[in-house]
Amino acid sequence: MIPAIRVEQVAKRFGPVQALAGVDLVVEQGEFFGLLGPNGAGKTTLISALAGLVRPDSGRLEVMGRDVVQDYRAARRLLGVVPQELVFDPFFTVRETLEIQSGYFGIRNNDAWIDEIIDNLDLRAKAHVNMRALSGGMKRRVLVAQALVHRPPVIVLDEPTAGVDVELRQGLWQFVRRLNRDGHTVVLTTHYLEEAESLCGRIAMLKQGRIVALDTTDNLLRSFSGHSLRVRLAPGGRLPPSLLARLSEEKDGFHAFRLDSFQEVTSILDALRATGCNIEDMEFGKPDLEEVFVSVMQKETA
Amino acid sequence: MRHFSGGFATLLYKELLRFWKVSFQTVAAPVLTALLYLLIFSHVLEEHVQVYGSIRYTAFLVPGLVMMSVLQNAFANSSSSLIQSKVTGNIVFVLLPPISYREFFAAYVLAAAIRGIVVGLGVLLVTVWFVQLPYRNPLWILAFALAGGAILGALGVIAGIWADKFDQLAAFQNFLIMPLTFLSGVFYSIHSLPAFWQEVSRFNPVFYMIDGFRYGFFGVSDVSPWTSLAVVGGCFVVLTGFTLWLLKIGYKLRA
Ligand SMILES: Nc1ncnc2c1ncn2[C@@H]1O[C@H](COP(=O)(O)OP(=O)(O)OP(=O)(O)O)[C@@H](O)[C@H]1O
Ligand SMILES: [Mg+2]
Repeated sequence: MIPAIRVEQVAKRFGPVQALAGVDLVVEQGEFFGLLGPNGAGKTTLISALAGLVRPDSGRLEVMGRDVVQDYRAARRLLGVVPQELVFDPFFTVRETLEIQSGYFGIRNNDAWIDEIIDNLDLRAKAHVNMRALSGGMKRRVLVAQALVHRPPVIVLDEPTAGVDVELRQGLWQFVRRLNRDGHTVVLTTHYLEEAESLCGRIAMLKQGRIVALDTTDNLLRSFSGHSLRVRLAPGGRLPPSLLARLSEEKDGFHAFRLDSFQEVTSILDALRATGCNIEDMEFGKPDLEEVFVSVMQKETA
Repeated sequence: MRHFSGGFATLLYKELLRFWKVSFQTVAAPVLTALLYLLIFSHVLEEHVQVYGSIRYTAFLVPGLVMMSVLQNAFANSSSSLIQSKVTGNIVFVLLPPISYREFFAAYVLAAAIRGIVVGLGVLLVTVWFVQLPYRNPLWILAFALAGGAILGALGVIAGIWADKFDQLAAFQNFLIMPLTFLSGVFYSIHSLPAFWQEVSRFNPVFYMIDGFRYGFFGVSDVSPWTSLAVVGGCFVVLTGFTLWLLKIGYKLRA
């Protein structure tokens, strides 16, 4: 099957800044893919190169097998991009905005689909309101709607939930998940790592224009994070030497032990009981992407 | 026409809708400005100036004002639309779809010419009460209005793409467009100028636009309308080529 997105050796420099330093990436059709990285890592630049807004210095990009430069008409029809910046045209209403965007893609009589998007993004009450009069979150919804007017099989969302309230965020994810279930490929950038963790099947982490980690979300969690057992001992309690060796972290008075399997819990507790330590508090830590993110980024600095 | 596949029509429609929605500022205001020029200049000069022997000054002035309005408003339309879209960032809505640079050019330039011509018609309409024009040769009138509007529309595209801020655009307007239009024979026949300034005027392309346009009304002009058409056509070809090249390389639009 043709990949939804193929990025080969893409480099882009803005003056002294190497925004992309040779990125290779393949996203398969139907994936829900996360593109993560700190501010300035190059996420938006990569998306812009895919959308033809930025011309790479070298390398090539394809959307569903269509080159974004040579075959830009086809590539752009196959791609829907929600830009990071909250932009809008103050001359038009929501509905006009969507109809015009449809027309740019050469689609007339798109009313049924426009209605469906408007309903799904809860824009019905605002359909005939001027863009200027919308709140920030509402404008964000219109941006999402605009990216979808031409039913692109590949959808890229650049921080769609920045400045968006909880309700819309959940509504938006529900909608995007449904699009993904219906076969759309979704690529997402976000700084909310819990979002990425729960949504994305695979994740690439970008740093200074390079991909520094690329794997399934599960594998990333397994290799850089994991379950842990955290215990706080009663005053005067000291860890036996056997456990000291297994200690992975000490924080806020808690001793944390990384668990490769839950069987280890018994042995840890047994060892504590054997030395007569009293446990004052105990909790489990679940693997989380934030931990993965921090350790990947630190590893790259070292 | 594979190159004009819906994107062009919509972009043209959007550009027309954009100025039409605020037609009070984009049409009514410039018509009023032209009317004020007419009232003041014709009041001051009507008794003193005759042009081409028998033509009243007010009659001579009106086509000049019409053409000046066409040109200035064509420039204003494409340049302000583009700079607004760039500054607010909504230019991405036009850059993301499969719209070719030729369609982009054609839509902005055609919309600009149409805005110019709408304003020019408005000026003609309100001046009907002041003067009867002979309309000797409507084809020349139309040809020069279209070509002039398109040329200034293309200049507006260049200015709108080049300028990063509104004051840069204002500089373009104040130091290039205004002097070129004011010193082009809108208010006088260049034959009334000293020899030196007559020569200088001949290097101003806007002079030929206005002179040729006026020929369509009176059948008389400072230079042959064919000469004017050649100059204006040449300018259009050169500017179109340059603008298309800028758009093709994505100058200041695609980083
Ligand atoms: N048009 C431009 N001109 C100059 N520098 C740019 C331009 N676009 C991006 N950059 C620079 O390229 C680098 C990558 O920027 P980019 O916007 O891709 O980062 P990002 O990963 O999207 O960051 P964020 O999370 O803040 O959105 C940054 O150093 C940025 O300053
Ligand atoms: Mg970004």
